[in-house]
Amino acid sequence: MDLKELYREVILDHNRSPRNFGRLDPADGSAAGHNPLCGDTLDITLRMQGDRLTELRFEGQGCAISVASASLMSEAVKGRRRDEIEQIFGDVHALLTGRESPGGRDLGKLAALAGVAEYPARVKCASLCWHTLNAALAHQQTPVSTE
Amino acid sequence: MSARPALAPASLDPVRVRAEFPILARTIHGKPLVYLDSAASSQRPWAVLRAVEHYETSCHANVHRGVHSLSQWATEAYEGARETVRRFLNARSTREIVFVRGTTEAINLVANSWGRSQLKAGDEVLITQLEHHSNIVPWQLICAATGATLRAAPITAAGELDMSAFARLLTARTRLVAVAHISNALGTVLPVHEIVRLAHAQGIPVLLDGAQAVAHASVDVRALDCDFYAFSGHKVYGPTGIGALYARESLLATMPPWQGGGDMILSVQIESSTYNDLPWRFEAGTPNISGAVGLGAALEYVESLGREAIAAHEQGLLELASARLAAMPGLRLVGTAAHKAAVISFTMQGVHPHDIGTILDSEGVAIRTGHHCAMPLMEYYGLAATARASFGCYNNAHDVERLVQALQRVREVFG
Repeated sequence: MDLKELYREVILDHNRSPRNFGRLDPADGSAAGHNPLCGDTLDITLRMQGDRLTELRFEGQGCAISVASASLMSEAVKGRRRDEIEQIFGDVHALLTGRESPGGRDLGKLAALAGVAEYPARVKCASLCWHTLNAALAHQQTPVSTE
Repeated sequence: MSARPALAPASLDPVRVRAEFPILARTIHGKPLVYLDSAASSQRPWAVLRAVEHYETSCHANVHRGVHSLSQWATEAYEGARETVRRFLNARSTREIVFVRGTTEAINLVANSWGRSQLKAGDEVLITQLEHHSNIVPWQLICAATGATLRAAPITAAGELDMSAFARLLTARTRLVAVAHISNALGTVLPVHEIVRLAHAQGIPVLLDGAQAVAHASVDVRALDCDFYAFSGHKVYGPTGIGALYARESLLATMPPWQGGGDMILSVQIESSTYNDLPWRFEAGTPNISGAVGLGAALEYVESLGREAIAAHEQGLLELASARLAAMPGLRLVGTAAHKAAVISFTMQGVHPHDIGTILDSEGVAIRTGHHCAMPLMEYYGLAATARASFGCYNNAHDVERLVQALQRVREVFG
């Protein structure tokens, strides 16, 4: 088992200095995420222009995988349309569960999460932010949970 | 069932003991296993595995039913295990020993039988801030059903029970005190003698959650003078799915059944039934017979090592590990009670407990990370999670060194 596959430099960097950390006020959408198994919490606020996500901030606490995943996600989805975000989530989900990307697309920095697939117990850590983003896009008020 | 060993050895031979647990010979990610998660579930020695195998391969049938030889042997094995539990806890009678699935079911039994028949609006059940969820949620459920109120005595920053606050919370409204003997998340040994003395001075019965205690401390329910004592087999080197409730006979005799079915009755008519004697009145349905046999063998194994010897060995490891961990930069011990069992909760600056757990696992070191089913306690400390290393009779000083080396690896990865 190679720890360097899981804790790649990109992951450690985004854990140390998370991008887009904080809260938007006012916001067009927001959602709270919770992983009851490990106690991770995540709050996402975002702004939209029509169909396009223009700004996103997240805050909360979690392990390196969960913080880095949220940070990487915040960079990847900024300026994207809803349908593009949905497509990226599909690609990330495939990556985290060890499957091929449906369209064979390049995930850019998000590819650093590939090592998570070897650690089934940690997949939820990496996917919490994406489920929370979906809820924020849907203006969902009830907290999303990984359980 | 064999008799109690005449003489327990004065000290424990860690090499011999480790060899008696077959799983400890395996490797994890190519490295020898260092098992430091006994507070979640301990491993089983050959003595337990062989007792279960012998029962399953030569004695199994249903208990208390058949006239055939197998059924009689199974009944003897099952009731023999009950006598072993009685002796281990120093209960007066096997009528006071009820087999259950584990500590959780034992507490649910008391809540549903004693609690449902005794509690009413205005009454209070007193627990503490450091309880495991299994000694919180059953009381929440029964309080909601009866209109009683659940109160929790606070703890101090060291993780000890605030005894003066506890004493103040014991009032004319308190109907039951239910506390852990040893905290699963911090290792704190609670002053249970004093707790029982204070409660009994006001005529209040006391339940002790002994899940973390039976494998690590001597438990004598008569010396403790507690009214209920609950524990699980799998935390004392026995199988999962079996445990026992000790209940003072004078209380148990007044308690209504909580589950109905076969074995808990003497006769059944469509209109009504006559219930069985103690303790079978509380054991509806075919019980976990092989589990009880394994539990009996586990308790005999602990007796053969000597409970004092195990406690002394583990205290040595606790001191060593606490000193080694406290000396590591950025490492903080959570729970520093003066009187502790061999459980060490800790955090590392800048590293989430789950990342610690994953990296330690890659080094072959198994620890628990998370809230340890004690979320109100974690909330008190303002923590979402801790890492927890817990020790058993089979651990040794080398395991402590492997833990320290693996924690140094965490620092290397996270910088």
